[in-house]
Amino acid sequence: MKLPSLRDVATEARLLLIGIPVFLWTMIPIYHMFLFAISPKEDAFSGKLWPDHPTLHNFEIVFKQQHYFLRDFYAQFWNSTLIAVSVGVLTLFIATAAAFAISRLKVPGGRAVLNLALFTYFIPAAFLAVPMYRTMGNYGLLNNHWSLILAMVTIASPYAIWVLKQASDKLPVELDEAAVMDGATTLQIFRLVYLPLMMPSLVAIGTYAVLLAWNEYLYAFLLLSNDRDITLPVALGNFLAADDSPWELLMTTGFIYALPPAAVYYAFRRYMVGGLTAGAVKS
Amino acid sequence: MAITLSGDQAIPGPPLSSRLTPAQVWGILLLTPYLLVFLAFVVYPVCYGLWLARDPANYVALYHDPIFARAAINTLIFLVVGINIKMMIALFLSGFFAQQRTWIRWLSVIFILPWAVPSIPTILSVRFMLNPEWGMVNHFIFSLTGDDGPNWLNDPTVALCMAIAVHIWKSLPFWTLILITGRLAISHDLFEAAEVDGASWWQKFRYITWPSMQTLYVTCTLLSMIWTLGDFNSVYLLTGGGPADLTHVLATLGIRYLRLDQLSLAMASIVCAMPFVLPLVYFMMKRLSR
Repeated sequence: MKLPSLRDVATEARLLLIGIPVFLWTMIPIYHMFLFAISPKEDAFSGKLWPDHPTLHNFEIVFKQQHYFLRDFYAQFWNSTLIAVSVGVLTLFIATAAAFAISRLKVPGGRAVLNLALFTYFIPAAFLAVPMYRTMGNYGLLNNHWSLILAMVTIASPYAIWVLKQASDKLPVELDEAAVMDGATTLQIFRLVYLPLMMPSLVAIGTYAVLLAWNEYLYAFLLLSNDRDITLPVALGNFLAADDSPWELLMTTGFIYALPPAAVYYAFRRYMVGGLTAGAVKS
Repeated sequence: MAITLSGDQAIPGPPLSSRLTPAQVWGILLLTPYLLVFLAFVVYPVCYGLWLARDPANYVALYHDPIFARAAINTLIFLVVGINIKMMIALFLSGFFAQQRTWIRWLSVIFILPWAVPSIPTILSVRFMLNPEWGMVNHFIFSLTGDDGPNWLNDPTVALCMAIAVHIWKSLPFWTLILITGRLAISHDLFEAAEVDGASWWQKFRYITWPSMQTLYVTCTLLSMIWTLGDFNSVYLLTGGGPADLTHVLATLGIRYLRLDQLSLAMASIVCAMPFVLPLVYFMMKRLSR
């Protein structure tokens, strides 16, 4: 084994000079949240880098709903879960059907629908929120979970259709032709040929839609308002209503809320990076 | 041999369905769910919103509202300064993360965290860090200098910069990841040839990396600008638009009018942004649907 040359050491040092600030920049807000979650109130407010008495008491308070702001924690957690899963399922259904129709069946006008979807994808969501809020009121859906589910499906499907359409185009057309020769109906092609081959993209898109809905704040905060109907992020925002907010509990709840999407993201990272970034920007 | 899904199975009937093959009928059926969602939750709200914003008096009111002018300027600063800084850092870091080192690969896994976790708890975490009395940042400044730190979120300029920083923190990993993919697509032979010719790192960047990445870079910048127009969380949860409504951007301003029950003003403020948004959207669609 030979010793590293001076030049190698200098290169490594320069890389570390970039790597360490990047690490600190990334971790500080997350570490700060974690620090609050394991600190008693007096330690949290003292600005220490590690609490004198680390404790899981905050988690106990959250899980036992022992605070005014937390009295509907389980209901809100359930709302978030239910809404995220519904959005995932509905988006997958709508987008897969549309992508199959456009890419494999070459339905007339498919190109136009795809362009409409792309257009929606580019309209900033916060701009659509204002008219969407009024529309939901007109439909009588305000304070109903369906309003948030449908709004999120509207936001998630354009990108889902676009990515799935790109992925469908890559499947060889001979497969469909062979299936037709064997006398398969359109539905059989969809079920037996198309869906199995599209599985990796479907996993990526399903995850994308679930995370989008779980993380959504603006629409949830506009469309839902009763304490028992709101989702977790709205509940977190509501902590700010009081001047003496229990920040250590807010951060604990936030930490619990952030864990599932982070876990899902890392579990499906392989699909997400391949399936989504390839579709996100085509150069 | 050309195989078509058409022909003899077509059901005789009204002229329209006889011209369609069964596959096309299925195609239309399968497209219907999305079209229904699109009509009910995009077309109707947009038309209804435009109708609400039809009165020119709204635009006069906006013109005279100092908060609107301030929000428009803030949005412009957010886009022009914030996004360009973010994309330059992303371009720089994509080069860093493309290095083949075990520790850099581990760092890249951690680096994704801000993108993977929801933004609400982390933005609130930053908000408390900047708290003038109890926040970690001012504790740190006090322990270093013995002076009280600034009241970060009480100064509109500083508060807006902090909102931009939070936005960069959140979305930098995503854009870096995409630029890494672009960078890895460049043939390694080019760099080896340049190495043999004794090119400096700047020459390698200027004559190899940049020419092959500039299209991707510009696309990413424009896309990021469009999306950042809709970034409600970074401003709303950090500053709430304050102090004195001086840090609003267009995304939060619309919601502010909505909360004040001035729906037509909210819509009018969004319509005002359209002359800037639509050309960008058109340009992006041209690029992506090639």
